[in-house]
Amino acid sequence: MSQSANNTAFVEFERVQKSYDGETLVVKDLNLSMPKGEFLTMLGPSGSGKTTCLMMLAGFETATHGQIRLGGTSINDIPPHKRGIGMVFQNYALFPHMTVAENLSFPLEVRKMGKAEREQKVMRALGMVQMQDFAGRRPAQLSGGQQQRIALSRALVFEPELVLMDEPLGALDKQLRETLQFEITNLAHQLGITVVYVTHDQTEALTMSDRVAVFNDGRIQQLAPPDELYEKPQNSFVAQFIGENNTLEGVVQEISADACIVRLDSGDIIDALPVNVSKVGDRTKVSIRPERVEYDKSRLRPGAHTLKAEVLEFIYMGDIFRTRLRVAGTDDFIIKTRNAPDQVRLTPGTQIEIGWLEKDCRALEA
Amino acid sequence: MSEVMLAADGRPLKASLNRALRRQKLRALMLIAPLLIFIMLTFIIPIGQMLFRSVENQIVGDTIPRTVAALADWDAEAEPVPGEDVFSAFAKDMMVAVELKQHTRLGSRLNYEASGLSSLFRKSGRRVDDMGEGYADQFAAVDPAWADPATWVTLMAAPRWVERQAAWDGEGAEPKFILSASITDDLPQTASIYADFARVTQSEDEESPTEETPWNVVYLALFEDLTANPDVQIAGPVGDLVAATVPQLAAFTQEDIRAAFVAADDGWEETRVWKTIQTYSAPYTDGYFLNAIDLQKTPDGVAWQPENEQIYITLFLRTMMMSVLITVSCILLGYPVAWLLANLPARKANMLMILVLLPFWTSLLVRTSAWKVLLQQQGVINDTLVWFGLVADDNRLALINNATGTIIAMTHILLPFMILPLYSVLKTIPPSYLRAAKSLGATNWTAFWRVYFPQSVPGIGAGSILVFIIAIGYYITPEIVGGTKGVFISNRIAYHISTSLNWGLAAALGAILLAMVLLLYWAYDRIVGIDNVKLGG
Repeated sequence: MSQSANNTAFVEFERVQKSYDGETLVVKDLNLSMPKGEFLTMLGPSGSGKTTCLMMLAGFETATHGQIRLGGTSINDIPPHKRGIGMVFQNYALFPHMTVAENLSFPLEVRKMGKAEREQKVMRALGMVQMQDFAGRRPAQLSGGQQQRIALSRALVFEPELVLMDEPLGALDKQLRETLQFEITNLAHQLGITVVYVTHDQTEALTMSDRVAVFNDGRIQQLAPPDELYEKPQNSFVAQFIGENNTLEGVVQEISADACIVRLDSGDIIDALPVNVSKVGDRTKVSIRPERVEYDKSRLRPGAHTLKAEVLEFIYMGDIFRTRLRVAGTDDFIIKTRNAPDQVRLTPGTQIEIGWLEKDCRALEA
Repeated sequence: MSEVMLAADGRPLKASLNRALRRQKLRALMLIAPLLIFIMLTFIIPIGQMLFRSVENQIVGDTIPRTVAALADWDAEAEPVPGEDVFSAFAKDMMVAVELKQHTRLGSRLNYEASGLSSLFRKSGRRVDDMGEGYADQFAAVDPAWADPATWVTLMAAPRWVERQAAWDGEGAEPKFILSASITDDLPQTASIYADFARVTQSEDEESPTEETPWNVVYLALFEDLTANPDVQIAGPVGDLVAATVPQLAAFTQEDIRAAFVAADDGWEETRVWKTIQTYSAPYTDGYFLNAIDLQKTPDGVAWQPENEQIYITLFLRTMMMSVLITVSCILLGYPVAWLLANLPARKANMLMILVLLPFWTSLLVRTSAWKVLLQQQGVINDTLVWFGLVADDNRLALINNATGTIIAMTHILLPFMILPLYSVLKTIPPSYLRAAKSLGATNWTAFWRVYFPQSVPGIGAGSILVFIIAIGYYITPEIVGGTKGVFISNRIAYHISTSLNWGLAAALGAILLAMVLLLYWAYDRIVGIDNVKLGG
């Protein structure tokens, strides 16, 4: 970690570990540094340690080892209510015995703010989520989406610089989720707040975040902006976890700085980009995104290696076609093609040849 | 006007729906029917009957009907002691009651209202047999036929009974005596008392009226009837006997029944005694209820009981106050436990739950007796306090046989009834509420008090209602550890049920207790709302 990154870091995890039972580590050596105003998503399967990290940041769990810093000062020993971090929960956690306005007023009251100022701030916060008309309602009288809007404005009403969101949209239907994703990112950028967002939904992570931290097994597997994460996964877990992916296994046969040739277990030869392989003879898993696979030879580099493939299944999905192929001994090789006017619909049984640009085929560790 | 919705077949939708649901409803009813019947038979009906006793007073009218009728016109102002007619009626009633052994029961009943009546009835019962003996002798002197049971049967019995009696072979019970239709008009008093005589003879003594000489009071009644109506014409052979006897009556020595009673016990000369009988002669009375709130029904209207006999209002108030105290201590002690139960990991919570339920595995009596051992002046707690020097040896705390003992022991016994409903409500409050409150800047206390506690109120409500209602009717524990200052109204009710046998008063006290509980329940519903009571979920 460079010195300059340390200086601008707003939220910082340094060598943080967490264990609940003293036998296994749920979080293993976490290092993370966020600048102010960043929207960072912690993405990972359940049990990967992402929620634990969030809870340590909020103060509801204590780190077994390491430092957590906020604005340069260690917050390890500061109780949650003094951290001034806004938080949005998956089940909204709106207080059922208070009206919407009372819910929003609560953080201001405990800060001993005057009544007039409170009312003004509450109405402004409700205005941010277009919920002014619901001030007098009880949470139970609101729909899930409305409740989450209120929860969001409650987390923002006391103007925290850091807001944590723990799978806030998990309980909503798809359409509502998309609307709220958009609203949350907009609000975060408008207000210039720093957001740590936890989700297991990769689409959500990719669409909302400035950077995504992919968690697995208590470690950050890759921390990168969404496009980099998708297009340049650093290891096979990230490649598998983010988006759809075709994997072929083989051994490196030739390698240079920006290209390598891999002999697959089926004997076929392909072109790939060396990512996690260093020398001839390394075992590798190559990963190719389904939409980067070409079956039109004219679009490939002359002399590129191709593979024989047999079409097994053609699925019409509206905006795209999804075709399942038998390639190099596996029959779950997927290709995706856009539903364009001149697009060919492959019929099952057809023999084709497929290939790709070598930068799209990443040779990762086995 | 809203139009009636029609189903597809043109019938009203409502009727259609009802028909469709009827089967379901019927099945639901069938499922609860066994319990419903059981509850009706073992709970609702007995309680209803018991409560009915609080106003029921038929024993007076049933036991001494003639006296009650004769007393109706009596005015104590004009005549301090009722006249000879009342005493005469009373002699007849007593004769029947003594034979049926009911006069002592009536005595005990009236003794609740005025002391001394019980012994008055008991003593007089022994004398009543002789009353009217003079008339019996004099009638027999006029004609020995009057002492012959057959004469009386001929005079009194309906011809069809005579036939049946003659046909009776001596096996089984003798046919029930039937009074002749005309004799009731001719000799009303005599017919009435003779009918009682025949009935009692048959049922109690298992003898036949054909073989028994009537009671002496029957001759008294005959004398009165014949004196009142000397021209009575009676058909048949006994008619001649009657006609022959009437002229002789003027020469009869008259008996003073009143003097006979006074001779048995001079209490019969007291206005108080007769006033009490007159006051309590109605078949229904509010007397028990008045007694239950330290009032009494005096001949001059409703008045307070004497100062030293006023206990029930004090007891009711004490029962309420102590139940409230017990409920409050249960909340204070139970809330933290319920909170722990709801927030501990499942394994530890189960262990703790077993500890909470442990008292239920021990007999109530054992637990209460254990408190007796612990709390007494030479008991474990006092010993420990003395040993630590917190209490002087000659000034040990009185922890038992008073209100303190009752409150301590009952709080312990009722604690699970607070913890369980509270726990089931606390369990439904997600921990994220507390976290949310803290993340919003609330201290631990504020988060608890403003966010967690309000949501636990339904549990407190449910637990409190449960504990309070159980406490207010509690009996065993106050009885054992309560001494005199720590007993509840229920102990008094038990006393009246099993010792003083004044069931009417016990029923009235119970009815008031029930009404109080219902009133509190109603008040709770109005103030807090019964929808706010949750037993979980």
